[in-house]
Amino acid sequence: MRVEINGEARELAPGSTVAALLASLGLEGRPVAVEHNAAIVPRAHHATTTIAEGDKLEVVQFVGGG
Amino acid sequence: MQDVLKIGEHTFSSRLFVGTGKYKDLAETRAALDASGAQVVTVAVRRVDLSQPQDQSLFEYLHAKKFTLLPNTAGCYTADDAVRTCRLAREAGMSSFVKLEVLGDPKTLFPDVEQTLVAARILVKEGFTVLPYTNDDPITCRKLEDLGCAAVMPLAAPIGSGLGIRNPYNIEIILKQAKVPVIVDAGVGTASDAAIAMELGCHGVLMNTAIAGAKDPVNMALAMKLAVEAGRLAFLSGRIPKKLYATASSPLEGVIGSERS
Repeated sequence: MRVEINGEARELAPGSTVAALLASLGLEGRPVAVEHNAAIVPRAHHATTTIAEGDKLEVVQFVGGG
Repeated sequence: MQDVLKIGEHTFSSRLFVGTGKYKDLAETRAALDASGAQVVTVAVRRVDLSQPQDQSLFEYLHAKKFTLLPNTAGCYTADDAVRTCRLAREAGMSSFVKLEVLGDPKTLFPDVEQTLVAARILVKEGFTVLPYTNDDPITCRKLEDLGCAAVMPLAAPIGSGLGIRNPYNIEIILKQAKVPVIVDAGVGTASDAAIAMELGCHGVLMNTAIAGAKDPVNMALAMKLAVEAGRLAFLSGRIPKKLYATASSPLEGVIGSERS
């Protein structure tokens, strides 16, 4: 199914969870935050939040900055 | 009793806060942060690059050395974006400690004061410990404090400009009225700038470019550590007043060859 992640179109398996997405990006256990259709997904809900066709996600992390 | 800095629920012994941006590489970042003695470091919040594996070594180092992260809202030009960024930062870092930065102009990187106040009100209500980057206007600083910010962070000069404190008189006025810590943030260029901030009575100094952009960042980080400590100690020691005329340091009596009238 087609979704948008960080402004890019991406294909994901139907029924993918946020946790699965983060794992596929090598991000499990990292200090990241996820927005799903403009709502932050608390980490306790990563495994139970399912992504649907057309959803928009933002996955952010900390980088060096002043 | 140790001279510590209390901000919100945090207590720090180092009054130098350092940014983690603009270093040559991870090795230099680590060496500079170690030399600075800083306990608080700022970080930015950015999209993960989906096409590349994520290099986590900076964060592994920050975590191992138990730095307190102060996520910033750098790059935000509206209160909405800054609030959104803080919420994401809180989720990612599991801490409510944030540096609020809402810019008004890409050339000067001066804060948009009106949007900063809007964002601060929302963030304080949501339970964040807000450290706002602001200009050196005592009225703005008072408003930010009244809204419940845990500190105020007036700029010395534009971010990365290295000009040092352009308006020490305003900083002094801010210090006289503030009941929260005052941390000079932005525009520091060299060690004396940091020392001057502390001698005025500031509670801390935040800098990034002054260290990362120096020819020898590791030694500059050490210089800044010493400058902040020296300035603070000088402030606590009660300096002599400034006088127009001289007062001799050596006794006037018993000078060789003097005539008694």
